[in-house]
Amino acid sequence: MTVEYNPDQKIPHPAMWGVLYKSSTPFWEGVKNKKIMLQKCKSCGNLLNPPRPMCPKCQSQENEWITAKGTGKIYSWVTFNEAPHPAFKAPYAAVLVELDEGPRIVSNMVDVKPEDLEIGMAVEVTFEDVAEDLTLPKFRKAG
Amino acid sequence: MLQEYMDRKYRTDNKPSVEANLIKNNVAIVGIGQTQYTKNSGRDELDLACEAIQNAVDDAGLKMSDIDGFDTFILDRLSLPMLINSLGTPNVRFSCEVSGGGGAGCAVAVHAAAAVATGQADYVCCYRSLNEASGHRYGRGDDFIEYMPVALTPNYGYIWPLGFVTPLGWAGVWGRRWMHEFNITREQLGWWPVVLREYAQNNPEATYFGRPMTHEDYMESPMIVDPLKLHDCCVNTDGAAAYIITTVERAKDLKQTPAIIAASAQCCPIEQEIQTIYQRPSISGLVETWYVGQELYRVAECGPDDIDVAQLYDPYSIGGIIQLEELGFCERGEGGKFVEGGDNIRIDGKIPCNTAGGLLSEAYLHGWNLVIEGVRQIRGTSYNQVKDVELSMVTGGPGVASSGIILRR
Ligand SMILES: [Zn+2]
Repeated sequence: MTVEYNPDQKIPHPAMWGVLYKSSTPFWEGVKNKKIMLQKCKSCGNLLNPPRPMCPKCQSQENEWITAKGTGKIYSWVTFNEAPHPAFKAPYAAVLVELDEGPRIVSNMVDVKPEDLEIGMAVEVTFEDVAEDLTLPKFRKAG
Repeated sequence: MLQEYMDRKYRTDNKPSVEANLIKNNVAIVGIGQTQYTKNSGRDELDLACEAIQNAVDDAGLKMSDIDGFDTFILDRLSLPMLINSLGTPNVRFSCEVSGGGGAGCAVAVHAAAAVATGQADYVCCYRSLNEASGHRYGRGDDFIEYMPVALTPNYGYIWPLGFVTPLGWAGVWGRRWMHEFNITREQLGWWPVVLREYAQNNPEATYFGRPMTHEDYMESPMIVDPLKLHDCCVNTDGAAAYIITTVERAKDLKQTPAIIAASAQCCPIEQEIQTIYQRPSISGLVETWYVGQELYRVAECGPDDIDVAQLYDPYSIGGIIQLEELGFCERGEGGKFVEGGDNIRIDGKIPCNTAGGLLSEAYLHGWNLVIEGVRQIRGTSYNQVKDVELSMVTGGPGVASSGIILRR
C-alpha cells in the first residue's frame, strides 16, 4: 500500500529543491490544484520532464505547461524492505509510471501491495495530502 | 550520444582523430598506494589520505615534493588545502574535482592524464579517502543538503518525498526493467557476487577475505531493495587509496613497470542525474558505458576480445553485469546467461572481472581500488593474476557520467 510516513519526521517540501532551479514551481502549483502539469516546448512540442529552462531538442527557451491526463502504466518499480530514511516506514514500493503523454515519473501506489505490482499495470493519478503543506501525486490501479 | 546508442552505431567521423590523442601511449600510472581497508579506521579521512599518498609515492620511487598536481572527484569531504598543508608539496599547479560521482572512477585518471600530457603538471596524484563504514555513507536519504549539492535540483524534489532516496532504489528501477526485458533471473545475478567473493579469498587486503560465500548463501541473503539482495550491494569501507600519473618518458626513471594508458574516455550523456536515467527511450541498458567502451576500443585500436582482464565499477551486481553487455563481452540481454555458473568471469574465463574482489567484496573506495587492481594486473602482481596480461580495462560507475581506461604494458 502507500508509503506510511513517520509523523515525527519532517518531509522536506519539494519547493526546497527549487531554490536554485525555478523551473519546477508550476509542477508543484499544479499538484496543489490536483493536476499533473507537464512542461512543453512551444517551438517543437517536446515534453520536458523534469522541467528545464531550455528544450534539449531545439534549444528554444519558450515553453508552456499542459495538464496531463493522469493515466499511464507501470514501467518499473523497486520495493524498499528497509527504510532508507526515518521519514518512511518500510516496506513500501516506489513505482516508475510512464504517463500516456510519454514522460515517466516516480510515485507510490495507494492501493496495490508491492508483491502485486506488475510491469504494464494500468494506473491513474490520485492526490494524497501527506502533511499540512504538502500534497503529492500518487497512483492507483486504473478502472 | 543517445541516438548513436539507440541505433547501436558508433560514429567515428565526428570524433577527434586517434593520431591527435596526446594521452594514448604517452601517459602511465606509475605508483599505487592504499591503507588497510577496515570497518572502523578510528582516524579521519585526511589522515588516511596522507598514508595512502605516501605509499603511492614510495611505490613509484618518487619524493613527496615531486607531486605537483592533485585530482579526485566531487563529494570529497577532505579539504585540498589541508591535504597540501599536511603533505608539504611545494609546487602544486594543477588540481581538479571531476563531476559524476562514481562514474568518474576513471575520469579522474583521464583528467590527470590530460594534465601531464599537456604539461600542466609532471606528477599528478589521484586520491580518495572515505570513512563510509564508520562515518558518513554517501547516498543516504539524509544527505540531500549536507553532502549532495547535486541533489538541489527539481528532479530530486520530484523523487525524495516519495521515499525514493537511495542509489539502490535509483539503480534497482533500471535493473528490474533490464531483468524484465531480457528474462534475467535472480539465480543468474548471484554469480557475479559469488565469483567476486571467490577472488577476495585470495586477497588478504579484501574486506571479505576469509569469509567465503556460496551461491546458496547468496540466494538466502535478505532482499534489501527488491530486486537487490544484500550481497548484490557493495561493502562499506573505511580507507584510502591513491595512484600517481606521469608521462611514459618520466616513468623510465622510476621504480615500477608503468601501466601505460592505451586509451581513456569519459561520457556525460543526457538524462543521467544520480542514476535516474528514466527519461531515456530505453532504461534497460547504459548509454554511458557503451559509449565509453566504443571510444576506448577506437582509441586503443582493439576490441573486447583483446581485453585480458577487466575491473568494472559495480556498486551492485546489476551494474557489473549490464556493463559486460555494453562493453561487448557478450550480446545485449545475454549478461545473465554469460555470468551463469561464473566461469566466463573467473580467472581462466572469457573475461576475468574484478579480480581483487571488486566493490562488492574487496572495498568500496569509489573505484580507486579497481584502478589499482588494473595496474597490478599489468605489473603481474595481482593476488589473482591473469596470465600474460597485455590489456587491462577499468571502468567508472553506471547510470551517471561515466569513464574508462585501457592499460597496457
Ligand atoms: Zn523544442
